[in-house]
Amino acid sequence: MIRLPRLSWRFVPVWQRNYMVWKKLAIPSILGNLADPMLYMLGLGYGLGSLLPEVGGMSYITFLAAGTVAYSTMNAATFEVLYSSFSRMHVQRTWDAILNAPMTLDDVLFGELIWAVSKSLLSGLAILAVIWGLGLYGNFWLTLAIIPVVALVGFCFGGLGLVMNALSPSYDFFLYYFTLAITPMVLLCGVFFPVSQLPPLLQAISAWLPLTHAVELARPLVVGTLPDAVPLHIGALLAYGGAGYAVALSLTRRRLLK
Amino acid sequence: MLKVAGLCKRYGDTEVVRGIDLRVRRGECFGLLGPNGAGKTTTLRLLLGLVEPDAGTIELAGIPVPAHAREARMKVGVVPQMDNLDPDFSVRENLLAYGRYFGMTKAEIAARVPELLDFAGLAHKADARIVQLSGGMKRRLTLARALVHDPDILFLDEPTTGLDPQARHLIWQGLRRLIAAGKTIVLTTHFMDEAERLADRLAILDRGRIVVEGAPRALIESHIEPAVVEIYGEGLDAWTRDRAGTVCQRFETVGETLFCYTGDAPCVIDALKQAPALRYLHRPSNLEDVFLKLTGRDLRD
Repeated sequence: MIRLPRLSWRFVPVWQRNYMVWKKLAIPSILGNLADPMLYMLGLGYGLGSLLPEVGGMSYITFLAAGTVAYSTMNAATFEVLYSSFSRMHVQRTWDAILNAPMTLDDVLFGELIWAVSKSLLSGLAILAVIWGLGLYGNFWLTLAIIPVVALVGFCFGGLGLVMNALSPSYDFFLYYFTLAITPMVLLCGVFFPVSQLPPLLQAISAWLPLTHAVELARPLVVGTLPDAVPLHIGALLAYGGAGYAVALSLTRRRLLK
Repeated sequence: MLKVAGLCKRYGDTEVVRGIDLRVRRGECFGLLGPNGAGKTTTLRLLLGLVEPDAGTIELAGIPVPAHAREARMKVGVVPQMDNLDPDFSVRENLLAYGRYFGMTKAEIAARVPELLDFAGLAHKADARIVQLSGGMKRRLTLARALVHDPDILFLDEPTTGLDPQARHLIWQGLRRLIAAGKTIVLTTHFMDEAERLADRLAILDRGRIVVEGAPRALIESHIEPAVVEIYGEGLDAWTRDRAGTVCQRFETVGETLFCYTGDAPCVIDALKQAPALRYLHRPSNLEDVFLKLTGRDLRD
């Protein structure tokens, strides 16, 4: 049975704990998180981009930069709540220790979720800095609206990833999620090429995927126009993340507190 | 300090806890003993409000659990069975991070740290990483961590399992200091010497029920003959058949050893002189004898 999460400010010490650990490893962590999407974006953007006149009405590197903002933040949140949260929950038993204090699982998972949002923000801001540096944007002020979008993407994929975390018997399990959910999304949601290039069936699937909503918000903001159907996209990202968090909470309760 | 009545917990068809009643007074050290799978850890989790009971009431430090488990846990320190210290942190940072979960500020925790490190004998290891600590040091740090918010009552789940004798004595020393300081302690263990040493009162738990409850000495006196002669060696079967019934008050054979319980050990030893092939060990009876008498000798795997 899913009961509604009870949120409180007690999630803050959980977030602080993760931040304290991250501070110690900040440099390699930032490099690891950011080098990969950055290399893809610059390599493909300039390499492949030089062969293409324009994509979706803009230079390919601009097109790709907007996609990269969405997918690198998706990855940042996903990796955090899969591998790192799983270490804390299952391997180190950190959550057990926290639950012996006056904390609830609602607090612990919410702290993990907000931490994943923080990692997404960091990753998104780094890509944004490259976009600013290379002048790949249309309107500087509109690119600032990408910051809350990035947080929203982190919330969405943090919530979804926590469900996988709750279900997983071991690290190997996460590979399924990557091959069956994350990779298809990267390919179907308009990160590397416009969704309109796909056959109708795949386009219809794409419309339901959370990453599509992220890309639909991020790309116009990079180019310098206002996105269409903003409430729909925001609503979809919030709904996926919120539902993920609620389901994850109930599954994790069954796993740890029985 | 702790009142439990009619506590029950089942998982599917298995009743893990079957109607437990307990009372622990302030300042008391209470031992919860039992073979593996007796329901000790489940009971502790129920008391902390981490698991919902199917029946029964719990009052911890005057607060009903699980209804107000969060408030109750503010007053409790927990030393879990498995170490779950934060491996990414130093000794000091473990205490800092943990205190925050109780709503303490950094300054409040920092003020407690020297005293806690001192108590744990880890002042010289304050900045060491967890992997650099021995098993005994980790346990002591876990104990110090459980004290970070100065709780009234302490729950310890098998605090010395896996430690060498020196390390166990250090933990016991620490616990005695806490008892002397007026803390209430609830401890589960399957080491009888640990329970005999520390507990003012104890309950033996078997198959989810309390089999017996009382002070260790009183339990030994009321449940078992004062002395035990353990007899083994060539010709034991014949001796058991011919003599055991007449010289022992009560006896049982376990594997290749005869346990002869008696109030008159010299008489047994005299009788053994006529069977020089047999070897024996004479000792006063202890809590383990009570435990094995009440819970049986079969393995609980």
